[in-house]
Amino acid sequence: MRKMLTIISNVLRASTKKNGAQAVSEGARVVVSSRSYADFTPQASFDIKGCDLHRLEEGPAQQAVLTREEGLQYYRTLQMMRRMELKADQLYKQKIIRGFCHLYDGQEACAVGIEAGINPTDHLITAYRAHGYTLTRGGTVREIMAELTGRRGGIAKGKGGSMHMYTKNFYGGNGIVGAQVPLGAGVALACKYQGRNELCVTLYGDGAANQGQIFETYNMASLWKLPCIFICENNKYGMGTSVERAAASTDYYKRGDFIPGLRVDGMDVLCVREATKFAADHCRAGKGPILMELQTYRYHGHSMSDPGVSYRTREEIQEVRSKSDPISMLKERMLSNNMTNVEELKEIDVEVRKEIEDAAQFATTDPEPPLEELCNHLFSNDQPLEVRGTHPWTKLKSVS
Amino acid sequence: MASLKCLLRSGRNAVSVVLRREFHRTLPASLQVTVRDALNQAMDEELERDERVFLLGEEVAQYDGAYKVSRGLWKKYGDKRIIDTPITEMGFAGIAVGAAMGGLRPICEFMTFNFSMQAIDQVINSAAKTYYMSAGLQQVPIVFRGPNGASAGVAAQHSQCFAAWYAHCPGLKVVSPWNSEDAKGLLKAAVRDDNPVVFLENELMYGVPFEMSEEAQSKDFLIPIGKAKIERQGDRVTLVSHSRLVSHCLDAAAVLSKDGIECEVINLRTIRPMDMETIEKSVIKTNHLITVEGGWPQFGVGAEISARIMEGPAFNYLDAPVARVTGVDIPMPYAKILEDHSIPQVKDIIFTVKKTLNI
Repeated sequence: MRKMLTIISNVLRASTKKNGAQAVSEGARVVVSSRSYADFTPQASFDIKGCDLHRLEEGPAQQAVLTREEGLQYYRTLQMMRRMELKADQLYKQKIIRGFCHLYDGQEACAVGIEAGINPTDHLITAYRAHGYTLTRGGTVREIMAELTGRRGGIAKGKGGSMHMYTKNFYGGNGIVGAQVPLGAGVALACKYQGRNELCVTLYGDGAANQGQIFETYNMASLWKLPCIFICENNKYGMGTSVERAAASTDYYKRGDFIPGLRVDGMDVLCVREATKFAADHCRAGKGPILMELQTYRYHGHSMSDPGVSYRTREEIQEVRSKSDPISMLKERMLSNNMTNVEELKEIDVEVRKEIEDAAQFATTDPEPPLEELCNHLFSNDQPLEVRGTHPWTKLKSVS
Repeated sequence: MASLKCLLRSGRNAVSVVLRREFHRTLPASLQVTVRDALNQAMDEELERDERVFLLGEEVAQYDGAYKVSRGLWKKYGDKRIIDTPITEMGFAGIAVGAAMGGLRPICEFMTFNFSMQAIDQVINSAAKTYYMSAGLQQVPIVFRGPNGASAGVAAQHSQCFAAWYAHCPGLKVVSPWNSEDAKGLLKAAVRDDNPVVFLENELMYGVPFEMSEEAQSKDFLIPIGKAKIERQGDRVTLVSHSRLVSHCLDAAAVLSKDGIECEVINLRTIRPMDMETIEKSVIKTNHLITVEGGWPQFGVGAEISARIMEGPAFNYLDAPVARVTGVDIPMPYAKILEDHSIPQVKDIIFTVKKTLNI
């Protein structure tokens, strides 16, 4: 038996070495990490799940190449996102964050994979489960957390909160279910109009997917060939309603009808990346919009006020965690291909944890916005104006 | 004095005349321009001036506009800048707002503002509130325009006035032009404004011609948003109105003048932000205030003016309570006799003036 296993493992090792050997010649030109782990594999090729296709002859490649740098960067971002959301959970329970807080843990591969498949000059808009995207689109953990705690150092100076965070080329953070979809198509229209080779990624959930305005948007985006990637993050539940109870057709990737679509494993960052690249190429070729359904899962309930176990079982949540967790998947891939080791990843974990702690510290100690700011930012590039307060004798002022 | 007035009115022309030492030529006769043509000119000029400006809405391109307001624009500017949309208000209003976020300067036409109700979430939650929610990171330079209020025989679902609804919301500017100069100057100002502007036109005014001064004919003629205009000086009573009913107020004032009652007629021009200063100054002079609007009375423009007058210095100068002349508090009926009695008539204004003055 043991001999058998040795032979098999030798064969396997040989085959990975072969991959590694092929890669090394290219990899010799790849910049290796500053640490002298010279015997790490610089890149490897992975088989990824194929996509279900709608009105498409062929889909994304079923193999993805991952370099060591990319892997470590994705790992860091995934971990940062995970820890940030868990910290937000903690702060919410301590009542330091209030109001709405929709956490993204479990869905990290979507945000990280999408960002890896587009350019920073592309545009993105999503709904209220937006902390992950605020991070990938250039927000810092510090300013995101300070916005959640409503402090002046927040990304929207404390005026927006969880659902209204903005950065360059990132249009929020939108509270009204489905309203962000026409907005995203509008951004895509602006891209096409201004002749830039840019596109807009427009995200919505399985709950929003039944909204009428989304179908209105599909129609116009198709008619006018807008460079828009519609992405449905299907985490199987619209608040407390499972997809089977909400949608007559749960094939969300087909709901665009005349718009080509693909259904993607949203728990695998490489799958998401390759599908996004495929979709981006489609748009940039001037073929009009395309639709991606990302099958994903959220560990938390809909929001912090939803324990998330009245409409699904703890067993289901545990099963996804153990079998499909995006961070574990990436970690296993990299470790089993000798692209990194446990110590290096642990170091990243420690750095991530520190950054989160620092951000939480900032978010809990930064002062709240000054009252003088109350009425500011009503209008852009406008003269100062007087604003009516709670009674006629209050003299409030608004400045752009 | 006369030459100074001439200079101010005709600007550059007069200066060049003076410098050339010629006789003062009379100014070119002011043109008669309909409100429709004034709006058309405004859009044409702004489309020409700024590449980022574009118009979208139902029938705006190949049909020349449901009410012909955008006549000729598609022929001149083409598909890229004048866009016909499907009948999907929520969708295309959202697309327009998104385009504004993405760096363009859209003019979004609602065939009438009644249909804007389908898209009102995009106007308020996506457009009006965004600059504030983002603490100044994201501006939304968009104009929503179209006919508002009562028309003729179009019945209940097509006759609502939305001035009060939109003016209720912070983050929006709400403009309501009366004549051609208003239409042109305010629409140009609205397009150049970096904020969401709701531009309430009136279908019954589209075909009405008004004198357009030479100044108003210039390509840079702008009327500031937020300033009311005194259309007629008076000293007995102040009539404040907006849109079509300014005409009714002027007609009423002409009749009352024969009885020796001189009414001061204020054309609001902008509903939000409202120019209370002009109203207060007038009330301090006349001691009597009447508001005139086409919309429903409850929570309307007149209600707001009445409340604010009480909060300001002019209250102490009132010799009588503020009276509101408004549309009747019912959905608009169809039969002509009923419709005529659903909106303020000139005789209603005259009656109210006399009641207020205790005559």
